[in-house]
Amino acid sequence: MSISLSNISKSYKKVKAVQDISFDVNPGELFGLIGPDGAGKTTIFRILTTLLISDEGTATVAGFDVVKDYKAIRKAVGYMPGRFSLYQDLTVEENLAFFATIFGTTIEENYDLIEDIYVQIEPFKNRRAGKLSGGMKQKLALCCALIHKPKVLFLDEPTTGVDPVSRKEFWEMLKRLQKKGITILVSTPYMDEAALCDRIALIQGGKILKIDTPEAIVSQFPKTIYNVGAVNMYKLIQSLQQYEHVYSVFPFGEFVHYTDKRDLFEISDLQSYLEKEGLTAIHIESTKANIEDAFMELAR
Amino acid sequence: MKRFIGFIKKEFYHIFRDRRSLFILFGMPIAQILLFGFAITNEINNVDIAILDHSKDTTTEEIINKISASKYFTIKQMIVRETDIETAFKKGKIKAVLNFEKDFSKNLIKEQKATIQIITDATDPNTANSITNYINSILQNYQQSKNKDIVIEYQIIPQTRMVYNPELKSVFMFVPGVMTIILMLVSAMMTSISITREKELGTMEILLVSPLKPFQVIIGKVVPYIFLSVINAAVIVVLSIFIFKMPVQGSLFLLGTESVLFIITSLALGILISTIAETQQSAMMISLMGLMLPVILLSGFIFPISSMPAPLQVISNIIPAKWFIIIIKGIMLKGVGMAYVWKETLILIGMTLFFIGLSVKKYKIRLE
Repeated sequence: MSISLSNISKSYKKVKAVQDISFDVNPGELFGLIGPDGAGKTTIFRILTTLLISDEGTATVAGFDVVKDYKAIRKAVGYMPGRFSLYQDLTVEENLAFFATIFGTTIEENYDLIEDIYVQIEPFKNRRAGKLSGGMKQKLALCCALIHKPKVLFLDEPTTGVDPVSRKEFWEMLKRLQKKGITILVSTPYMDEAALCDRIALIQGGKILKIDTPEAIVSQFPKTIYNVGAVNMYKLIQSLQQYEHVYSVFPFGEFVHYTDKRDLFEISDLQSYLEKEGLTAIHIESTKANIEDAFMELAR
Repeated sequence: MKRFIGFIKKEFYHIFRDRRSLFILFGMPIAQILLFGFAITNEINNVDIAILDHSKDTTTEEIINKISASKYFTIKQMIVRETDIETAFKKGKIKAVLNFEKDFSKNLIKEQKATIQIITDATDPNTANSITNYINSILQNYQQSKNKDIVIEYQIIPQTRMVYNPELKSVFMFVPGVMTIILMLVSAMMTSISITREKELGTMEILLVSPLKPFQVIIGKVVPYIFLSVINAAVIVVLSIFIFKMPVQGSLFLLGTESVLFIITSLALGILISTIAETQQSAMMISLMGLMLPVILLSGFIFPISSMPAPLQVISNIIPAKWFIIIIKGIMLKGVGMAYVWKETLILIGMTLFFIGLSVKKYKIRLE
């Protein structure tokens, strides 16, 4: 096991940040922690990166105990905290060189590992890190976390506050890094990114709801989901929520995801109900569940 | 070692790229030493006085001439009526009025005595005192020159000699104090701010999750400031020697060594502050309130410790600056060697070890 947690709990004063968390990450796996803000993702990261000591339970990273062997772990892992944590008054190149030096290596030695990413920010290598755009900052932070060729990479919400194009690029990079044999634990509040992980753990309120591959989680979704669209979105949601057979209603982009209580459901029934409610341009079709639907269902 | 050098290099980038800290580092020492040297002074120089001469005879004229000839006083105004004395003081310029009685010479010859009234503005008691003393001594001088030929049977002649600072220059007193303040401020405040900055910006999190050992981080933070503080100390000494003609009687080497020791004491204090403070702002507040004020008030820099109330005298002992001021005053003004300051030096070393020990104990290898 590259990362292993068993029965980890941690409280801050009276707030229980994480409760009885257990999961394993296999070597070379891209594992995602998916959950909203305040779910306890950062606390898990800090326990695994030896920054916090859990109240209960044990954990190992790369075979080392997070409390006893914290020094060994600090040499073996790369960590990118949720908040941008590089030196804003140092240039791109100086930041990278600094992190290479403190890990006892050089940029040249491990250049092949970061090359794909670094070429994108190299044109700005003399710019101060504080003056970079959000996406650039994250790429630089990733380079700095990778420069010492870590066995395990911890990325805490690496794409928060990053534009969609850079987010996509960032995940492509993670996939490439994974191919080089690095175990990656990544957290994100974005459900669409969850599908890109090998396995995910859905967490909320400090507890794990489910751990599985994204496909399995989606396929286990118990109900049929219908995409419902109409001209007046607000009225549509209100009407659906008042429908007598409603099970769940969630807005999703330009549509509303709707599930029904009944096993036998006729689209025409709903169609006529909505028409009666005065909605126009009604469009209903069945669709596949996604991670967000699964999360909402599990979090009910 | 390479790691360590890389870390120090990074620290220098931080210092040289932050204009504010650069200004505190190099602007303040020069500004302070010049300010204390030129502007803030206890000396009596060209004090404006007024004369109310009721007799206007040869003796009073001689005395007035003697007073105006001294560099201490400038006669700004001749007053005619008693009631004008009050007005002269209220205008604020005049610090003293000399009031000669009527028939001054006549009285002196006939009755062997005549009186002058010295009225001083005592809103500033120290200055008022000094003015009275200076005028008294001018008058005594005049009297002696008049009585040259007369033999007095019993006479006590006090012979005063001011040693170590014969001209009573107040800058001699300020230089050691300013040097102490600046070294303390630069060393303690700047290090505590630079360590808490890493905490505040989140970079401490990354440094912790790296093979850098805590003591390497701390020493790496401290080394640049030792270097810069030594430069600062040198600048202050050079300024005081060349601009204020302050002598360095003792060995420059000893002065340098003791300064480095005090710098390390201050740095240790700075590290201690950074283990308590979470933000740059609180680090700065603790440094200013917790270090600057005691240094100024209780170190003997401005107010002599011997005239403090007993409890404060006891408290002054735990202020490192007190001991350093004793040491550098001794070296610079009295020219003493290690034989005379070993006790103070040992106290400073002890304090330093205590601060370092305490900060090592308090230093966190984790986030909480």
